[in-house]
Amino acid sequence: MKGFAPIVVVVAGLAAVPLLVHSNVVLNFMVVTLMIALAGQGWNVLGGYGGQYSFGHAAFFGTGAYVTAVLQVRYGVNAWPAFSCGIAAGAVVGAVIGGLAFRSGLRGSYFALVTLAFAEVLRISASVAPITGAGVGTLIKLDLRAAALQFDSRAIFYWVILALVAVALIVTRVIERSRFGAWLTAVRENEDAAMALGVDTFTVKLAAMTISGAITAAAGCFYVQYFLFVDSGIAYGTWISIEALLVPIIGGAGTVFGPLLGALVVKSLGEGAQMMAGAAPGLDLVVFGCVLVLVIGFTPRGLIGAVDALRRRLRGVRPPPVVQEAGHG
Amino acid sequence: MFSPTILIPAVLNGLMTGAVYALVALGLTLIYGVLHIINFAHGALLTAAMFAAYFAYKLGIDPYAAVFVIAPVFFGIGYGLQRFVIGPASHADDRNMLLVTLGLAVVIENALLYAFRADTRTIEVPYAFSSIDFGFTFLAVPRLVGFAAVFVVALALWLIMTFTDTGKAIRAVAKEKLGAELAGIDVAHVYAVTFGLGTACVAIAACLLIPSYYVNPSAGNAFVLVAFTIVVLGGMGSVPGALIGGLVIGVVESLSSLFFGESLGQMGIFLIFIAVLLVRPRGLFGARA
Repeated sequence: MKGFAPIVVVVAGLAAVPLLVHSNVVLNFMVVTLMIALAGQGWNVLGGYGGQYSFGHAAFFGTGAYVTAVLQVRYGVNAWPAFSCGIAAGAVVGAVIGGLAFRSGLRGSYFALVTLAFAEVLRISASVAPITGAGVGTLIKLDLRAAALQFDSRAIFYWVILALVAVALIVTRVIERSRFGAWLTAVRENEDAAMALGVDTFTVKLAAMTISGAITAAAGCFYVQYFLFVDSGIAYGTWISIEALLVPIIGGAGTVFGPLLGALVVKSLGEGAQMMAGAAPGLDLVVFGCVLVLVIGFTPRGLIGAVDALRRRLRGVRPPPVVQEAGHG
Repeated sequence: MFSPTILIPAVLNGLMTGAVYALVALGLTLIYGVLHIINFAHGALLTAAMFAAYFAYKLGIDPYAAVFVIAPVFFGIGYGLQRFVIGPASHADDRNMLLVTLGLAVVIENALLYAFRADTRTIEVPYAFSSIDFGFTFLAVPRLVGFAAVFVVALALWLIMTFTDTGKAIRAVAKEKLGAELAGIDVAHVYAVTFGLGTACVAIAACLLIPSYYVNPSAGNAFVLVAFTIVVLGGMGSVPGALIGGLVIGVVESLSSLFFGESLGQMGIFLIFIAVLLVRPRGLFGARA
């Protein structure tokens, strides 16, 4: 149980927040931050551990959101099973896109491009298909009962998203310590070598993308229950693809707590920038983009990597040598 | 079901839009061919150049004259970005380069949004709606100018690549980076020059577009997604591929909008894109994946 103690401590600490802070603004901020952390955790499984950089995680977020909303509004399904179906749908979309992309051997930039294209195709489809409410979007009826997965208190919403984040943290830790996690890391470090050693890289990547899709879809399902509205720009927009990859990279890709830390830091900075310069569209994203470039430039292993390096230095331990892959140009 | 009087103008208009697509794609493929990265900041740089052309017009400079200032300025911007931001920040790792260019795209696009809001702006040049009668069809002057200019730029690029020392250095680095470095070529400089040339291509495209198009902080995105498609279709790093791919995509878009309507026409491009990526990722003219 050793690796799980930090998760328990962090989650318990975060769970106490609504008991100490009653401001709705702060709680709302925390709910959105945790939602982004969850979406980022999904990206982290595939991108952080597996090294497959997706630029289109909106495909999963949006599918989760739309399935949850459409099942409730058009088919009268209860919110709880609809939520679960949303997560399952995210896994299916992950498996389909992953299956196609990895079967064709797409790597690196090509993989990023094809995920981006799939997200765009889904966005355009959702903006014209009648079932999604086309351009108008889909509204969920206000029904503040636990049976409808809606709550009149933000604190409860906060605990729901925290519970989802906790599950994602545990799943990530389990993956990290499993044989599957080792294969996944091997694929990231050197796919050809992993293949030569007998790792079934196709299946490993496909499994990672399926899990990744499910986790990010859960964030989309939560979005709908929280805001009770979804349209194609929200669900499949580039904003979520970017935030889902931003937070793990900034926090520390391929670490359990990276996305959570990244989301807290990034969202606080965005909020701070808005406070300093007044609410204006675009400003927070300018800050995010700058932080992204700075983090990659100065601490490629993210903030967790930076803290790690600092700790080693204080203890007088020399940092491990950074092995750089030779460029293939 | 459609008579030639509708089809022929649609094809010709498609070819002309395609030429501008080709120019955007040319910049992208040039950068890919040498640096082996997909420049995700390409669209944002196109938008920035369109704003530059817009404000140049507000100062009284015609876009077709402004191109001689804007293109060199954007060459400098591209050079600086690669030399001082992308190069140092990415530590020669492909995945990092991808992320850094994406980060730059986010910064540029949203800085423009912050500065100019989401308003859509257009300019009114006297020749915006003038057209030439070819007997069987009318063609808009700005598009004809764009069409011709693209081939001039492609020719100029080819001359630079073939006959100048810088061009030879670029080709050497593209072929064999380590060897070029050993032969005394400053690779960081060549990378930056290439990035600058690619950025100058979008600056020229911006000046050709602005008389007949609009600009807002996300205007470039539409073009760059198309440009990705073209580059993938034509083969990453292939210059003739980008030109032919651009023209093909322009016609496909024009015809599919005619048959299926505007938004589905756009989807046709993405479906081609995904299909090419999945079936033949090295493209029609690309040498390798």
